[in-house]
Amino acid sequence: MTAGGRVEGAPLPALDDDSGPFWQAAAQGRLVIQQCASCDRLRHPPRPMCPHCWSLEHRWAELSGEATVWSFVVPHPPLLPAFMPFGPYNVCVAALAEDPTIRLVGNLVAGPGAPINSVDPATIRLGEPVRVVFEKAADDVGLPRFVRS
Amino acid sequence: MSVLRDATAVVGIGQTPFAKSLPDSELRLGVTAIKAALDDAGISPREVDGLASYTMERDIEVDVARSLGIPAVGWWAQVGYGGGAGCGVVGQAAMAVATGQAEVVVAWRARKRGAAASRPWAQVGDRIPGAPQWTRPVGLLRPVDEIAMLTRRYMHEYGATRDHLANVALAARAHANRNPAATMYAKPLTREAYLEARWISEPLCLFDNCLETDGAVACVVVSADRARDLPQPPAYIHAFGQGLNAEHQTMTNYFRADPLEGPGWACAEVLWRRARVGPDDVDVAQLYDAFSPLVPLSLEAYGFCKRGDGGAFTEEGGIELGGRLPVNTSGAGMSEAYVHGFNLIAEAVRQVRGTSTAQVPDARVSLVTSGEGVPTSALLLVREPVA
Repeated sequence: MTAGGRVEGAPLPALDDDSGPFWQAAAQGRLVIQQCASCDRLRHPPRPMCPHCWSLEHRWAELSGEATVWSFVVPHPPLLPAFMPFGPYNVCVAALAEDPTIRLVGNLVAGPGAPINSVDPATIRLGEPVRVVFEKAADDVGLPRFVRS
Repeated sequence: MSVLRDATAVVGIGQTPFAKSLPDSELRLGVTAIKAALDDAGISPREVDGLASYTMERDIEVDVARSLGIPAVGWWAQVGYGGGAGCGVVGQAAMAVATGQAEVVVAWRARKRGAAASRPWAQVGDRIPGAPQWTRPVGLLRPVDEIAMLTRRYMHEYGATRDHLANVALAARAHANRNPAATMYAKPLTREAYLEARWISEPLCLFDNCLETDGAVACVVVSADRARDLPQPPAYIHAFGQGLNAEHQTMTNYFRADPLEGPGWACAEVLWRRARVGPDDVDVAQLYDAFSPLVPLSLEAYGFCKRGDGGAFTEEGGIELGGRLPVNTSGAGMSEAYVHGFNLIAEAVRQVRGTSTAQVPDARVSLVTSGEGVPTSALLLVREPVA
């Protein structure tokens, strides 16, 4: 069922006009976040209009990937079939260093390419520093993983 | 000021049996509950001219009208966002009546959730569009996972404990044990059983989750003038609110500066602004409880205690019958039935009528809320119009 850190058969994001560039950059291992071209504010998840200055123009800012754990859960069965072999595993929300109100959802793993149940949940601490990496899940999708920094 | 205040009333409530599994179709359940609500109100289906429901409702207006023999529907509306919709549905009905768009509106929710295959989270394709694309592909699969994420952060920031969450589950169960219609009527729950229950999504265990049941609930809304001539004591709709605050994302509300300030805060702000009563005047509350942590979060959002004190509010029987604010007096979603919160509305009406099986003595002001964590809604029902 596993090939490195992949969850074979898991549903993947359906790329749309707003989200596509995030997932495609992630597939190449790069973290990009939508940034207003007018007022420079970051926003996530991506959307057509800046909620601060209403500009329709944006760019994609490449961020460091430095982050801290904001919260996490440990799902137990029943789960979707693809995730059953891994349960219980963790899912974390991490706050990005450049703007802690910009948060990503992913899994804390023991290292790049490690499975989503490779970290003992009892050791996870809110506020602990992590770094964003991506698990390539398809040609157009990389899924967020976090490794301890 | 508010055109709506005390201008309309819930004059009929009806429901089917609640159970883990019922043989009836959703449509049969829905029209059975609606007919029961109309009978309770003393109004014929021939007089119904308005229909209000959830966007997730599968008993659509056409089918409901065909079964009930409604001659002409002149107004209908639906409200979105799942469990956030319920009070909004009744609120839309009240607005239709108060503005003369309809005279007799029925609102309902029919649902068969007992079968595992019926659960929306299990029905995903290979690619996930919309907001869940940010969370489900990494294994945040179910509503319980989504709320557990906020719960752990809440416990971390404010010191809320599993004992506080247990208080919510135990209060609901104690109330259900007085309510013969509740699916958990004959099944007591102990703190030990709660603490020993299996995890579903840490930090939430089995008993932090609502039930999965089949059943339907309906109510009838007419003008306050008409209500005075009907057989049941009216539950006047004193105030109604909906709430959706900035940077919200439904269920996975992790992307705003303060995710613990959910849509309930926005809803409470407009509800109290439109009301002539405040939190201190509320005698009894039905707080949407798909998951136990939504109760302390709602106690804070609706102003019954300070931010972060929702857990402590549940201590020493605080939300049980006889406590400072009895909450979820029918057993609600956790111990009566999960009808997407519509059974909480029926219970809020019963409290104003004085007919609850966990009746708060002399209840005059009855609050009911819909789902926190999604765009939400709330109603204040009163026994007498507020001067």
